[in-house]
Amino acid sequence: MEYQPEITLFTCIYCGYMAADTAGALRIQYPPNTKLIRFPCTGKLDVRYILEAFEKGADGVMVVACPIGNCHHFHGNVQATRRVQYAKKLLDEIGLGGERLEIFYMSGGQGGTFANAVSTMVERLKKIGPNPLKNGFKPK
Amino acid sequence: MIIANRKPFEEIKAMVAPFNRILILGCGTCVTVDFSGGEKQVGILAAELRMARQLEGKPLETVEHTVQRQCEWEFIDPIADMVRSVDAVLSMACGVGVQAMAERYPDKIVLPALNTVMMGMPIEAGVFVERCAGCGNCVLALTGGICPIARCSKNLLNGPCGGSQNGKCEVNPEIDCAWHLIYEKLKAMGRLDALMEIMGPKDWRPAGGGGPRKIVREEERLEFMEM
Repeated sequence: MEYQPEITLFTCIYCGYMAADTAGALRIQYPPNTKLIRFPCTGKLDVRYILEAFEKGADGVMVVACPIGNCHHFHGNVQATRRVQYAKKLLDEIGLGGERLEIFYMSGGQGGTFANAVSTMVERLKKIGPNPLKNGFKPK
Repeated sequence: MIIANRKPFEEIKAMVAPFNRILILGCGTCVTVDFSGGEKQVGILAAELRMARQLEGKPLETVEHTVQRQCEWEFIDPIADMVRSVDAVLSMACGVGVQAMAERYPDKIVLPALNTVMMGMPIEAGVFVERCAGCGNCVLALTGGICPIARCSKNLLNGPCGGSQNGKCEVNPEIDCAWHLIYEKLKAMGRLDALMEIMGPKDWRPAGGGGPRKIVREEERLEFMEM
């Protein structure tokens, strides 16, 4: 069976989640590889959540945030961007590779953009391969 | 507060390489506030080390804990059982906390995860600057509350030097010239006469030049005095 990456997708309840919802309402097909976790704002994103997702076996992590300048809490998406950049560095140090993590920006009406983002990430992760921590790894 | 910085991951990984089970011990005071060694940073470092070691095929077991202050016996005594259960302690405290742990648990290997950098404060979220050098003889009364020891690259007492250009330091143009700041501050306050006082050569003994420093407050001691 072809390898299907598992993606943990962190999103805010505003633009990000609404974009996913719009994709559904418009019946736009996108790969079924994501598990959505909603935050009140992507400013709640924490480096620990990202690392925990990878430690528990996620092949990739996506963050879907409001467009820069359009955050409902002013700059939550900017903080999320900084944390993603930091977490990428940590993933490189660990040896998993920072390219397994990415942040995307879109407004609530952009269902097609959401579908494209998921497809982009799935394609990228298929090239990278599965998370080597996935099999037989028991977190403490 | 004391400002520290995490050591490079590779260095930390190499330090803990011989061990299979370690305690990663955070400190809940200064290094929590400066985001270098608090509970959150303990969690991040622990996850990083576990994953990196797993990828190397040599799994590492981590115990994560954060005490209120690693530099006081009363906070590190209660974790004796936890310390006993591990091969080594990776301390995420400043150098004081690391030494307190090493002194209290003499049989245990205690490793530093941070480089202790300075005494300072955050001037905005995520930006920390040096404010005090602990020189043991404060001159802030004469300098408008701006320290020429900690904030002048040359620790000048009767500055500025010739390298002060447009309010910036010649050592690094990002550094404000402390003596320029002092002059502007005193001028704004109408206190320029404070600069007429010449500060003599500084006695560096209270700054550590007389060896490691020690302060004893007799009125606070609990040992019985011989009367």
